[in-house]
Amino acid sequence: MATQEHYLVLSAILFAIGAIGVLVRRNAIVIFMCIELMLNAVNISLVAFSKQMDSMDGQVFVFFIMTVAAAEAAIGLAIMVSLFRNKETLNVDEINLMKW
Amino acid sequence: MINYAWLIPLLPTIAALINGLFGRKYMRRHYSDYIATGAVMTSFLISLIIFFEVVSGSKLNVNYWDWIVSGDLHISFGFLIDPLTAIMLLVVTGISSLVHLYSIGYMHDDDGYYRFFTYLSMFTVSMLILIMGNNYLLMFFGWEGVGLCSYLLIGFWFEKKSAGDAAKKAFVTNRVGDLGFVLGLFLLVSQFGTLDYEQVFQLAPTHLTTGVATAITLLLFVGATAKSAQIPLYTWLPDAMEGPTPVSALIHAATMVTAGVYMVARSHVIYSMAPATMELIAVVGAITALFAATIAIAQNDIKRIVAYSTVSQLGYMFMGLGLGAYTAGVYHLFTHAFFKACLFLGCGSVIHALSGEQDIRRMGGLFPHIKLTAITFLIAALANAGIFPFAGFFSKDEILWAAFSGGHYVIWGIGAAAAFCSAFYMFRLYFVTFTGESRVDHHVAHHIHESPSVMTGPLVLLAFLAATVGALALPPGNGFIHHFLGNVFGAHEHDVKGIAAEFFHKFAALATGEPTAHGHLLEYFMMLVSLGIALSGIGLAYLMYYKKIEALNPETLSERFRLVHQTLLNKYWVDELYDFLFVNPTKKAGIELWEFDGKVVDGAVNGTSWIVLIKAEITDFLDKYVVDGTVNGLALFVDIKSRVLRRMQTGDAQNYALVMLLGVVFIMGVYYFY
Repeated sequence: MATQEHYLVLSAILFAIGAIGVLVRRNAIVIFMCIELMLNAVNISLVAFSKQMDSMDGQVFVFFIMTVAAAEAAIGLAIMVSLFRNKETLNVDEINLMKW
Repeated sequence: MINYAWLIPLLPTIAALINGLFGRKYMRRHYSDYIATGAVMTSFLISLIIFFEVVSGSKLNVNYWDWIVSGDLHISFGFLIDPLTAIMLLVVTGISSLVHLYSIGYMHDDDGYYRFFTYLSMFTVSMLILIMGNNYLLMFFGWEGVGLCSYLLIGFWFEKKSAGDAAKKAFVTNRVGDLGFVLGLFLLVSQFGTLDYEQVFQLAPTHLTTGVATAITLLLFVGATAKSAQIPLYTWLPDAMEGPTPVSALIHAATMVTAGVYMVARSHVIYSMAPATMELIAVVGAITALFAATIAIAQNDIKRIVAYSTVSQLGYMFMGLGLGAYTAGVYHLFTHAFFKACLFLGCGSVIHALSGEQDIRRMGGLFPHIKLTAITFLIAALANAGIFPFAGFFSKDEILWAAFSGGHYVIWGIGAAAAFCSAFYMFRLYFVTFTGESRVDHHVAHHIHESPSVMTGPLVLLAFLAATVGALALPPGNGFIHHFLGNVFGAHEHDVKGIAAEFFHKFAALATGEPTAHGHLLEYFMMLVSLGIALSGIGLAYLMYYKKIEALNPETLSERFRLVHQTLLNKYWVDELYDFLFVNPTKKAGIELWEFDGKVVDGAVNGTSWIVLIKAEITDFLDKYVVDGTVNGLALFVDIKSRVLRRMQTGDAQNYALVMLLGVVFIMGVYYFY
């Protein structure tokens, strides 16, 4: 029987994978996918807590997060497109305008 | 009408304001004279009406407003009109009106036409305030006002250096006198706490000791010697002839110079309490009379002769005042105003006719060319010489009689000698100018012309008055003028009487067999004596300059008595003496102070600035290298640091995210482990 701990461990593992992916990958789309992964890891922990505490609050949060994530995906992909049009690349090492 | 007395000074004030403010730009040439002359003539008419009201017993003493209020000292702006003021009003507004009229002709072609009339009106106002004020401060206000206007008018042709110098001389000399006058006023305030005539004269007999009264009167008299050109401060008056001739007539003959006489007469209550001052005034007056008369004998400038004559006649007035014969002194002021104004305006007419010539050696034989001027001049000269029945005779004789009857024989002697000189120089002037052969320059000679009627009109009027106002003093000692002014001077008249007077009264009583004769017979006799003296003066002038008797040839006489002639011609070298004693030392002191200023004071200033300069250099160095160095050093330090630190900003979002993560881990670690 899957216990609370299992869910949380799964959530932690997924979050860690997402975070490491964000930090180490070079392709912007992959980094974007890793962010989605982190969001969903958080969703799992929220649902888990919601069940354990017998409260619907966590699940309401999850819905909001999924909605925001959808919106974010739309905007994010749009940014990618326009970025690619400008730079002809999606390698984040080459996208380093935010410096001195 | 007497309640409208304030109109008298107000009208010329308005005229002066209009001419002064708008004359130059807005008025066509011949409006300023209408305004000024109209104003002063209206004032004269009001004065005339007021005079008759005063004759019938009116009096005015009114305060219009508080002028100065300081602690216990209250000084109002107010007018006092009594017989003395009424007479002065007639003289001032009357002569001023005639001089205004005359100036229309005399100043006709002058560029400063409006300026001249402005000054003339200003002068009239000041003089009116001087005589109408009901306290000493108002008198002082007028006193300074006439001094200023005198300065402005003497220096009217200021582009001439001599005119500017004469103006300065008059002003500075008057400052010396004014100092005395002001000190006198201070003493009055400290004694009475007020300057109001009525209060002062009421308190004086009980509040003043003889010593203080002497001090006050002496100080005030110092002011009078400057204003009325008495020894030792008379030297400015002859030089003041640099001004236009109408000015000489109005200011330096008829009105301003008599301010001192008016002041003494007005203060007669205090003066009568100080016999020592009275004695001094009589002596100064007598000496001035003779001194100036002798100088006049040797002068060659037509105006200067008349100017010295003025000084001499003013001496007579002071002589009369000093002897306690206030009425005689003021009466002489009155008659003198007419005949001397006539003489000066006559001089002006002669100068006008000769296109500016003033030296009598280049005149002569003018009678047929300018008859009217010559005749009026002759009448005024007769009045000045003191010939019966012209005005000067009565007033001068009263003064001499006051000296004689008071037992002041020395003063009488000096006065009589001065009378002889007066008659002599007056007729020397007349004969040399109007009779004999013409010595006029050729290019001037062919356009000698009589002055326009606007100039001869005043001459005729003044000559008429000079001939007739003597009637006011008939019979001697008991005429209209004596009763009229007796209201003012009352018991103070003839206070100073010697023992000899008593003797003569008794003698006269014995001689006439009438105990009540009061020496009238003697008075008539003395009149004949002074008439004889005057006639002999004229006779001598007649023989020397008209008949030209060889034994009395002026040139040979001046050669024989070279020292005397030179002394008189050079005016006793008094100007040179004053230059030596006062002017040059003052100038020298001024130059030395200037050098002191240039070397020591400027040296100190420059030294200080030099020190400041060096300090500034040091500060500049410090600022440049220390302060700026610190600031720039800090900036450089930050610059170098930032070159290193900005490497942290890679622009790579993943780096930032990593740092964030490390931060989160660190904070969580802190929470977890501590």
